[in-house]
Parts: sequence; structure tokens; C-alpha cells
Amino acid sequence: MPALRESQDAFAAALFSGALPGNVTAVNPEEAQRRFAVYRNNVMVGLTKALATRFPVVERLVGEDFFRACAREFVLRHPPRSRLLMRYGESFPDFLAAFGPAKTLPYLPDVARIEVARGEAYHAADASPLGPDVLAQAAEAGAEDLRLSLHPSLRIVSSAHPAFTIWSMNQPGRTPTRIADWRAETALVLRPRMSVLVEAIAPARTAFLTRIQERGLLSEALEAGLAQDPEFDPGTAIAWIFATGLVVAVN
Amino acid sequence: MNTHLPASAGVGFKNEHFDAIIATKPKLGFFEVHAENYMGEGGPAHARLAALRRDYALSIHGVGLSIGAHGPLDREHLHRLKALCDRYAPESFSEHLAWSTHDTAFLNDLLPLPYNDETLALVCDHIDEVQDVLGRRMLLENPSTYLLFADSTLQETQFLREVASRTGCGLLLDVNNVFVSAVNHGTNALDYLADFPLDRVGEIHLGGHDEETLPTGAPLLIDAHGSPVADPVWALYAHVVAATGPLPTLIEWDNDVPPWPELMAEAARADAILHPEMLHARAS
Repeated sequence: MPALRESQDAFAAALFSGALPGNVTAVNPEEAQRRFAVYRNNVMVGLTKALATRFPVVERLVGEDFFRACAREFVLRHPPRSRLLMRYGESFPDFLAAFGPAKTLPYLPDVARIEVARGEAYHAADASPLGPDVLAQAAEAGAEDLRLSLHPSLRIVSSAHPAFTIWSMNQPGRTPTRIADWRAETALVLRPRMSVLVEAIAPARTAFLTRIQERGLLSEALEAGLAQDPEFDPGTAIAWIFATGLVVAVN
Repeated sequence: MNTHLPASAGVGFKNEHFDAIIATKPKLGFFEVHAENYMGEGGPAHARLAALRRDYALSIHGVGLSIGAHGPLDREHLHRLKALCDRYAPESFSEHLAWSTHDTAFLNDLLPLPYNDETLALVCDHIDEVQDVLGRRMLLENPSTYLLFADSTLQETQFLREVASRTGCGLLLDVNNVFVSAVNHGTNALDYLADFPLDRVGEIHLGGHDEETLPTGAPLLIDAHGSPVADPVWALYAHVVAATGPLPTLIEWDNDVPPWPELMAEAARADAILHPEMLHARAS
């Protein structure tokens, strides 16, 4: 169908440029450009608003005007590939990392990664967290060592900057303060039931969780925690993963 | 036709109203949701929709199928729609006479298409495919448009009548869209309605629009869904209902969402037009 294909090629291109498709007109043809601008505006405003909804902390950090300009640039270079707008912006953190005008805020991409992870966790599959009693049951059943399955909503975001602290102190109603101890942080993002939880986790717990995620045995995961930090306490760590709602299956 | 929604007023579901709805369980014909907002795997979106579904009739309204785009429909998206319809068994499924994708890009707007033999064949093929895969009839909604196409050879009403007759689909008559397009194209909304295949209408949409004035002095109406239904749209709606009898009617309010009571007041206004006898019964 060449005619429609060409006409939609021209229409789609015109949404992101000043040109007007050849077959477009209006009752008063001199108004065609202004009327076409409604579509241009709908597309750009709709997509930049979707980004602002998904990245409220990035918007707060850079201000509305900067965010709008930067989101616009992102839309032009990376229009959505999915019809599910909830997924739009997955590559926004990488875009920010390479975006010249944002270079003075090196932590910005990682804050955006926390926001991507929150959106993914929100829509991730449901699963019911297990209580710690399953470990005792498994031991009684004679299990020597175990593999744990973690909640499908789990995301771990590691940053060379205090990205979690920055994200956290820019939540609605909070006033950011000076960060005295500027250091690397890892954020855990999880939706054990219906609310998304974001918290900072220590390097040893990160190593412990990562090993479980890689389908390592529980004993190997505990060793990974200890290797990271000799103070790592296996009992407390196991209690923590159950209390946080991280474990959904034991086998 | 082609819908099992009750012939009374419903509203578009917004998350911010969920608590008020669950606390008060208002009498309401149905809720309508945008399909694409429920295509995640789990989480609060599905939990809320499942809770609503237990007590209310449901209309699933797609905004991303891109029925009017050249080339084949996206099978993956169509199967996501099927999974959603299978899961929630809505009383109605509807989509738009528009396109919203180009090559691999999703443009996130309901873009217009010329009305001619080529687009008619394309839209009919796509609707046949949708109805095949979903195993149900769908409703197709008339768009609000801001432009005309030099290569249109059919009126929109002719086009929709032909689509409905060839595919067996029903139509979703958006009365606000009729008004917006008529003002934008300097035509008469009543003429449009006189030529519209009203016997095919399974649902009506009502929503608010924005008004701007172009440098030429001509009005430009924009389908914005961010305000109450305008008076001339209510008048057109009463005109339609007088001709068709009561039909499921949706109040669409997607932006600057009002408090729940304000949305319910709009729904009550539609119900008063649909069922004036009930108002009298209440007053006596």
C-alpha cells in the first residue's frame, strides 16, 4: 500500500520537524500548519509528561525547564519502541550519562536508574513472600543446602555516588541537606506486596543477595557476604531477607 | 449493539479515585480503563482492576493498537489484548479509528487518516483480525480531528458505516469528538449525526475539550479530556439519545482529574438524560 505508507511516513516525520505533509489541508488552508501543530504538541507533551511522571526526582534535581528541554531531546532521539508507556524511559539514565549539559551532576544517571527500577518493580509479577519458618521445614526435611528464589520485583542499583541518599532526600515533603559522607551506595528496590520499597544496603548484603540472584547456594551466598565484610552476620542476614519479603521459594 | 454494558452512565477509572469508590461502592453503570495501563505483569494496577471488576461492569478501551497504520497489526500487542480480555472478561472492548505507531516508534497520539478505498480496506482487514483473535466483536470510535486530507474521498460517516457493515463491528460514538471535529472543519455536528449509522452504536463517549483561537480568528478545539463536558456537547448528546434510546455512556476525564464527587456529578447528568423517568420517579 504505497500511497498510505508514504503519507504516514511524511506525517510521522512532520511530527518532529517544521514541514507539513503534502496531503494535509484545512478548510482554510493557511491554518493547516497551526492545526497540524496540535498533533506535534500532543506527541511531544504526552511523551515528556510520561518521562516527568516516571522521573520525578530527576526533574526535581534539575528543575522543570531543564528537565523539559532534556526530555525533549530524549524523545527526539529515542521515541518509544513499546506501546506500553509504563516502559518508556528505560534508556533515559544512559542518555543522561551522555548528555553534555547534565555532566555537572554525575550522580543523575544513577538516581534515574533507581526511578527506572521503581517503575519496573511496581508492574512486576506478583509473588507471595515466605516466612523464615520454611528454612526450619526444609532442614527438618533433610535439606543440606538450599537455593532461594527472590521476588520477581527485586532490582539492585549500585552507584559510585550516594544515589540512594540523594533520591531519598528528594522525596515529596523532604528538604535536601548537604551530604557530609559522599560515598558509593547500593539501593535495593522491591515490591513484596503492593508498595514499592527502596532502601540502601551494605556491600556485604549486596554480595549476599547477588549470589542468591545468580542461583548460588545459600551457603555460597553467605560466604560471599563474609568475603565482603568479616563482620557480616549470617543469622541476621537470613532474618533480614525473610523480614524484607525477598524470598518467594526455597528449594 | 455489540456490547453488554448497561445502558447507563459510567466513568473512566482513575487511580486517585480508587479509595473513594471502594469506600462508597457508588451505583454506576460501568468503569472503563485504557488497556495499555494494565499490560504490566502484576502489582497495584491489576489488584485495583480486579477489585473493581468484582462489583462493576467493565469496558476495556485500547489506545495503542494502531488500527489505521499501514502494514500489519502488531501480533504481540493483539495477543496482550487477548490475554487482558480473557483475564477480565469485559462487557465491551473498543479501539480507535486512528494510528499511533510508525515503523518501530510508538507516537502516543491518535493520529488521523485519509478516508478512501485504500484505508477502508486496510481498516476492515485489521478489524477482522482483531475480532478473530479476540473472539468477540469490538467497537470502533470516531476520532476528533484537526486537519483534512486532500486524498480523502469518503466522508467519515460513510467510512464508519462501511467499516461496520463489512466487519460487523459496532461503533463507539464520541459526541465530544463529533463537536470538536465539526467546529474545526466548519461543518455542522447535527448533519454529521444525521448521517451517522446510529443503529451501530454500542457506547457513547462524552468528555471535555479546550478551545483556542487561531490568528485568523477561527476557533481551534482540542480534545483534551481535562474539563467538564461542554454545554453544546450535552445538547448533541440529548439529541442522540432521543434518537437511539438509552446507551452505555462514558464520562472521560483523563487530565486534571477532578475529585470523585465532581466526576460522579457528570455521570449523574448523563443518567438524567438517559433515564429522565427515574428522575421523575425520585421527585414524586
